[in-house]
Amino acid sequence: MRLGLVIDLDTCVGCHACAVACKQWNTSGTTGPLTDYRPYGRNPSGVWFNRIRHYEVGDYPNNKTINFPMSCMHCDDADCVTVCPTGASYKRQEDGIVLVDQDKCMGCNYCSWACPYGARELDREAGVMKKCTLCVDRIYDETLDEIDRQPACVITCPAHARYFGDFDDPNSEVSQLVRDRAGYKLMPEVGYNPTNTYLPPRLTRPIPTDDVRKESLMNKVKDWTNKTVTR
Amino acid sequence: MHPALSVIIFTVSSGAGYGLLILLIGLHIFGFMPDMSENELLTGGIIGLGLVTFGLMSSTFHLANPKNAWRAFSRFRTSWLSREGLFAVLVYPFALLYLFGIWNSGVELNAFIQVTGFVTIILALITVFSTGMIYGCLKTIRQWNSALTPANYILLGLALGALLLVALRVSFNGEVGLVASLTLVILDIALIAKAIYYFWVRRVTGPSMNTAIGFTRANVRLLDVGHTAGTFLTEEFGYVPAAGTVTLFKVLVFVLGFIVPGAIVFGMTGGDASSGMVWFALISGFLGIGLERWLFFAEARHVVNLYHGAQHT
Repeated sequence: MRLGLVIDLDTCVGCHACAVACKQWNTSGTTGPLTDYRPYGRNPSGVWFNRIRHYEVGDYPNNKTINFPMSCMHCDDADCVTVCPTGASYKRQEDGIVLVDQDKCMGCNYCSWACPYGARELDREAGVMKKCTLCVDRIYDETLDEIDRQPACVITCPAHARYFGDFDDPNSEVSQLVRDRAGYKLMPEVGYNPTNTYLPPRLTRPIPTDDVRKESLMNKVKDWTNKTVTR
Repeated sequence: MHPALSVIIFTVSSGAGYGLLILLIGLHIFGFMPDMSENELLTGGIIGLGLVTFGLMSSTFHLANPKNAWRAFSRFRTSWLSREGLFAVLVYPFALLYLFGIWNSGVELNAFIQVTGFVTIILALITVFSTGMIYGCLKTIRQWNSALTPANYILLGLALGALLLVALRVSFNGEVGLVASLTLVILDIALIAKAIYYFWVRRVTGPSMNTAIGFTRANVRLLDVGHTAGTFLTEEFGYVPAAGTVTLFKVLVFVLGFIVPGAIVFGMTGGDASSGMVWFALISGFLGIGLERWLFFAEARHVVNLYHGAQHT
């Protein structure tokens, strides 16, 4: 099994709900708390497993906004695991989830240096490295309804831009989405073989504008009259 | 990268200590310095081990959770950081046995001194190589991901060790000509290697913001970074030194680190030594290499910066 996420950049609206839901679930989860520093101060900061950035692709007028959620990619070749001197970082054989054993971590930051995706953040209060667990304490919880056995970010996404599943199963929803929508991985050239996959925005036809009323002097007079005269 | 003082002190101090041990023991066990006294060898060995210990202690200060530091020896099969720790610890028993041999039976060479000394040299070299590889193996930082990184660590460690050895010889009124010539050669090679490194890292290669977010068909730029204040990622990786500082420090690295000590040592190759100038060369060398280490960290640009608005590293 190779569990991971598919993120649909076509439908993501950049609302940060995934990050908030992640913070809410995981702060009381197995690697919680996700400590906040100065939460009500001038420069609030803290530990997050999920961060959303916003980019502009292309130049005006052919530009487009892309909202970009990122969390741990649970890479196949995860250097964060191999560089860890204490054995605190590990990748699970059975499902490929990359985790940090909070009891073994010595807080040297070396794994965060090895991660190209910025998935690991040191909790300065606890002194240990923290990262996305793919909600490992939730996806296997048999007391939950089957539909709830998914990461918090996936369940909460109001735009349904996040999918969770097994990439080793060619018939899983995530595998089909990757095939159908030409899913791609981030920064393949550094060679980490990330599991999480991104779906590019769909190529859509331009919205037809033939039926839009042409501008003319007569129409301007009509518009002005319509605005001015109260009926 | 954020240049952490504890790591700068660790790499410079332990590198110099290993450099001194390698050169001191090497010149002794291969018979190049027959006039060395027992006191001189013991003093040099203790200074070398002292610098190494001071450096290793300093490295633990950047740990956020040092109570688990003992676990760092467990993953030597994959982690260069673990290997560095393991080899650093392995040097001690052999170095101490070598020094015990000298304390016990004097400077006359025998099999015990030669074997323990030779093993110390090999282990010290591997340790400094491992220190370099901690940085050299990271594919996320192109300025470090180069064979020049471990090469520079070894050469700069040997250069500082050689300057320490000159100071030791002068302090014990030993014959200084050979050591001064050797130091000059090492300084020259280290200077050339460092110059090649600076030339090499100037050229931008590797991932760009386009490949980072996967849109390679058009220009991309950051609209909003998504957080209001700094994060761990911006604090750890976002450090950008001022361009003027970088240029000034690079000049100082060459002047203080190589040219000043090189010129002073050149004056000693004939065998005449003034103790004041030796200490000046030593302090200048440590300052220069300290600045070199600061630049090594400050100039390194982690690829996560691409997600925070950098077009390239």
